[in-house]
Formats: sequence, C-alpha cells, structure tokens
Amino acid sequence: MDLAYGPKYEAFRKEVSDFLAKYRDKAPKGLGAAGRPSKEACAWQQLLIEHGYAARTIPKEYGGYGAEPDILVSRIIAEEFSAARVPAGLQNQGISMLVPTLLELGTEEQKRKWIAPTLRGEVVWCQGYSEPGSGSDLASLQTKAVLDGDEWVINGQKIWTSTAHEADMIFCLVRTEPDKPKHEGISYLIFSMTTPGIEVRPLKTMTGHAEFNETFFTDVRVPKDQIVGQRGQGWFVANATLKHERGMLGDPSAMEDRFQALVDVMESETLDGQRAVDNPILRDRLIRLQAELAAMKFNGLRLLTCASKGEDPGVARLIVKLQSCELSHQMSALAIDAMGEMGILYDDSPYLRSHGSWQWGYMFQLGLIIGGGTAQIQKNIISERGLGMPREPKLAKAGN
Amino acid sequence: MEFGLSEEQRLLQDSVNRFLDKNVSLDRVRQAAESTHAIQRDIWSGIAELGLVGMIVPQDYGGMGLGFLDAALVQEALGYHVAPTPFTGAAILAPLALMLAGSEKQKERWLPTIASGEAVAAVAINEATGVREGAGIVSSGGKLSGKALFVMDWAEADLFIVSDMSGGLHLVSPETEGVSLQALNTIDRTRSFGEVVLNGAEAEKLPGGSRVVVERLVDAGRVMLAADTLGTGQHMIEKAVTYAGDRKQFGRVIGSFQAVKHLCAEMAASLEPCRSLVWYAAHALDAVPEDARLMACHAKSHTSDVGRFVARTATEVHGGMGFTDLLGLHYWFKRIGVNRQILGGPEQVRLDAARLQGWVA
Repeated sequence: MDLAYGPKYEAFRKEVSDFLAKYRDKAPKGLGAAGRPSKEACAWQQLLIEHGYAARTIPKEYGGYGAEPDILVSRIIAEEFSAARVPAGLQNQGISMLVPTLLELGTEEQKRKWIAPTLRGEVVWCQGYSEPGSGSDLASLQTKAVLDGDEWVINGQKIWTSTAHEADMIFCLVRTEPDKPKHEGISYLIFSMTTPGIEVRPLKTMTGHAEFNETFFTDVRVPKDQIVGQRGQGWFVANATLKHERGMLGDPSAMEDRFQALVDVMESETLDGQRAVDNPILRDRLIRLQAELAAMKFNGLRLLTCASKGEDPGVARLIVKLQSCELSHQMSALAIDAMGEMGILYDDSPYLRSHGSWQWGYMFQLGLIIGGGTAQIQKNIISERGLGMPREPKLAKAGN
Repeated sequence: MEFGLSEEQRLLQDSVNRFLDKNVSLDRVRQAAESTHAIQRDIWSGIAELGLVGMIVPQDYGGMGLGFLDAALVQEALGYHVAPTPFTGAAILAPLALMLAGSEKQKERWLPTIASGEAVAAVAINEATGVREGAGIVSSGGKLSGKALFVMDWAEADLFIVSDMSGGLHLVSPETEGVSLQALNTIDRTRSFGEVVLNGAEAEKLPGGSRVVVERLVDAGRVMLAADTLGTGQHMIEKAVTYAGDRKQFGRVIGSFQAVKHLCAEMAASLEPCRSLVWYAAHALDAVPEDARLMACHAKSHTSDVGRFVARTATEVHGGMGFTDLLGLHYWFKRIGVNRQILGGPEQVRLDAARLQGWVA
C-alpha cells in the first residue's frame, strides 16, 4: 500500500498544475457534457490536445497527442483539472466510443477521415443502439439495412439517442442478416444525420427536460463502405471497445463534491430551528453514505492500481455501475429529505434550493440506474461473470 | 501509487490460509464450539509458530514488527475460517496497549511472552465505547474496582489489560485477590468473551495509559472486527454460490434463477467495496493519522451493516438447510452478529464518526 505517486509522476503533476495556472483563464465556463461544443470549448480542446491533456494516447497521425498509455498519468490529469475546477477535455460519445472503435477496427481511410475532427469537437456523434423493443436484450434489435446496389437502405427506429438533435453523424447498429442468429446478423454503420429520411424527435423525460431523443429512419440511403468491421460483425465491433476501461477517468472528485454539497444542505436546512444534521436519524443516514462513498472511492483506487499493473480486478470492477448509481441516488434522496417540504420545490419556484438540482438528480439518477445496463442486468453480469453462476436457461425457441 | 497488497502481504495471506485450511475444518470448529471457554491449544500454538501472535510486536521484543494492514489480513483469514482461537485481544490489542503505554520494564516482561504465545492476554476496553449494566472500572489508590463486560479473549487468560473510566490502563493478574471472573456465553462459540469483576484488586498501571491510547485501541479493535466480518462474509457468499450451483429444484440448479443469483450479486456488490475500505482503514492506522479514527468508524459500521445483510441473505440462499445445524453455516452467521456489537454497534459508531466531524457536541 503506497498512496504516493512518486517523483516521476509528481513532476508530471507539477507540469499539469503549471499549465492550469497559466491557461485557466482561457478555459470555457461550464463545458456542456455532450452536444455541440462552443467555439471556446473547441479552442480549449485544441490547446489541451497540443499539451497532451486530451486525446493523449491517440496517435499523432489521427490528430491526437501520441503518448504511450499510462493510466496513472491520465488519472493525474483528471485529478488536477478537477482540483482546479477547470473543465477537462471534451467527453462525448464520439470521443469515448466511436474513436476507440475506429482505432481498433476502422479502415485506414475511416480513421483519417473521422478521428481528428471528432477529437477537435468539430464532428458531433450520436449513438444508435437501443430500440423501443430492444433495451436490455439489445442484440434483438430490428432496425434493418438492406443492400441496394452500392447503398444500404435503412428502416427502423432508435431510442435514447441523446445528442441526435445536434449530431452531425451517427454510429448505428442495424440488422443486415435477418436469417442469421441474432448476434451474428448485425452490422455497425456510420452515416450523416443530414441524410434524407432521418427524423429526430425529442424525448421528454420525468425530469421535465428532453435529455434524449427518438430517431426514425425511413429509406435512409448510406454508401456501402460506411461500415465498420465486416458485415454481420457489428455486435462484436460494438463490444470491442467495452473491454477498455471507461468511466474511470471522469471527474474523480465528482461524487465527493456532491457529498460535500449534501453536507452543506444538512448544515443549512432547518426545521423548528434545528439543523438537519442535528437530527440523529438524518445524521445517521449521512454518515452511512459517507462510509459507502469512502468504500467506493477506495475500490476505485484499487481498480486504478489493477489497471496500471494489467491485473484483472474481477468482481471489484463489475459492481461499480450498480453501486455508484445507487449511491448517487441515495445522496439525492437524503438531501431532499433534509429539505422536507422545501425539497419538493422545482422549476423556478420561490424558496427553490440549489436550482432544484437535488430533485432533478433524484429523477435523472433513477434514469442512470436503468440506462446503460439496468441494475438487474448488472446483477446478471456480477453473478455470471463475477461469481461464475449459471445463465438463465434459454427458452426452447428464442425470439430474435 | 499502489492501492493494494504487497507481495509479502499476499504470501502472508497464503501461509495463514494454508494453515487454517488444514487445521480448522468445520468438524474442528464444531468440536471447539463445545468448549468455548478453553483455548484450542493446537490452533493457538500453530498461529503462534507462524509468528502471528506477535505480528505487530517489534522485532526487539520477539515479534515480527508488522503493521495493521498485515494484521487485518490475518484477521480476515481467521474470520473466513471462523477460527476458534484468541487473536483480536490477545495478539493485537494487548500487545498494542503495552507497546503504546507500557514502561520499558513492562514491555520487556510481557511482549516477548505474548509474542511467543506463551502468555495469553485478554483485553477489557468495551466500556470505552459505552457502558451497560453499570459496568466500568474505577482506579483509586492503586486499586481497581468495578466490572468490565465483554472482555476479549477472556478464556484462560494469563493477564488482563484493563482500561478504567478515566483512560488509565492497568495490568491485572487473574490470581490477584479481589478478582472474580465470569464467562459470558454469546451466540458465537468460536471466541471467548467474559466478565471481570474487580473488588479493590491490586493492579500494575501502564504509565503511558491515557484516553488517547484507549481510543487507539478502540480504533484498532474496530478495524480488526471489520476485517473479521469481511472474511466471514466472503466465506458465506462463496458457500451460497456453491450451494446454489448444486441444489436443484424445478429441474434446474437454483443458481440459474435470477431471484437467487441476484441475491448473490447483491451480496458481492455490497461486500467487495468493504475490502478496499478495510484495507484503507488499516493502512490509515499505520500511516495516515488524520484519517485513522474516522476510517476505523466507517470500516466498522459499514462492514457491520453489510455483514448482517450477507449473513441473512447467504443463509436464505441455502433455504431450509441454511437454518439447520447440519451445514454449520450458522457459525459464520453468529460471528458476524458478534462482530457487529462489540466495541459499538453501527449506530453508536456512527455517533462517534459524527463527533469526530463536529456534528455532535
């Protein structure tokens, strides 16, 4: 157990903090997590790439910085940007999902054409995976693409396409081999969102905002060569990048910041003149969450060490999505309870606390518990892959 | 940056587990549980020979000079095997009290014999975390009076290390006049707890004794109990997974039903982060003084809550068999139940955590 990074990494940390001290005034205020980045955000991204603080391990010829992967270096960058409250590089589905996929399985031409502008924030992508009838059972997807001469003709519907209304491009799973078993009949296509026949409708959620869209395809014609990987291999193309560690290098202190905000609520909200934190039951819940947060933080450090040494952390990794989504949700729930009636205020009401962010969070985080592999799917993964338990027996004749 | 175990620590785990796999079978546990208040000398001398009884004792006093993380790994292995042996009191807290508060002479007299396993030292500090039944030892004119409950590793102790209500620490020999002893029978028959009643008993003061030292003993004890529950819970999950993979109902192994395997996933998902929490809490005792007290609270309270969930859920996965004595699963269930309450239950420990952060006066 050695929690020091050592002189080599500390020297690097100094470089990052010097950079931040020098350039922080150029950082855009409030960087949208997804969607189309502002001019300032693109300029900031460009500066970060030049210094190796974004797209660090992407080869130079594709517009990255070209450094060797080193997860501790990436972690230090994330820590320093977080500590300085300066937005890190762009994080969107194009950068986190499409770029690694192209690097691994794209043609040389695809890599040269798409990676650099995606990294610079000039090309915005959306993801076309889920369908109304294919959520947890994603491989049953029915949007079909039929080859007609030199073009795919696409018909069907996608859902949860979060940036579709702003995106230039989509990476999309479509069924191209309807007679093959479900996992073997899918192809991975990339195409422009301005192609005729695409309609995007905002999908309003329980929060009152449209964080997602539905996307409809009617005879959308896409050049034949805009496929990544082989025909029928789309399922494996989409999964190829899942083995790379993702989500570990977001803002490492985001949850701790949220907990501190919860503490602030507990120390400032009063009922009959008594602070929430002075209520023994609410306080007990707060400290419970603090302990769980500590456990997840140290679990994260353990995963980081495993990743840096190329070791498989096993169950410790598989539980992260399930546990951290639940923990975030519980933190929002406690903040609302600490506020009591004040906690139900929303939109632009008088007396509104924290811009309604706790109620918004309580609802949105329930979406996160469901999205990206539901809690129940996570439990299947933990028990089957982590504990080696048997899969549910297949029905005699499985539907597609 | 390395958040994990060293090569030496993994070897330590291997050697402890090898010994316990071989010497602490379920039959052996059953047999030991028939005589809770007798030291199982074969197991005790075995772990002493491995150096574990003196593991945190400095080498100058015949120990191995290891840290709390090492100790937590051993405690975890003992919990995993529900090992019927003194350890938390006799091998960790008693030598720690002497190391922190003993005079040079006291250390020379006791640490080598404790480290070798020759002397078994029990520890009476439970009242430092809360008083029940009017317990509590008072020191007056060099003599001790009052009673101490839930004295750890009580059975056949050669020496008692007793904290008084003002933070003083004392050595008390069981032969001294005015000392009477009474066994307490808990649900956990793998470890011995008892009562020490003192009536003007002669005692030898540890000159460095103070509230701060007693707090340190409590913190170390809480981390050890958390580590014990971690190992005990891990074993229960493994048992549940194995059983669910064998047991058939409705023509399938029950582990293929999501209702069953999701219980197993929930157990693993809640226990696995406890491992990192316990590691860090133990490491903090060794090396991060500003975090040590709060993390000991978190490790103890959180692992106790998760432990209770795992204990009941793993039993439930075993169905009716889990409820019987036949599988012996209840030894693990009960050990977790005892770890939860000793040195403060979760709510009491969280109150301490609140005090540490200035949330309670």
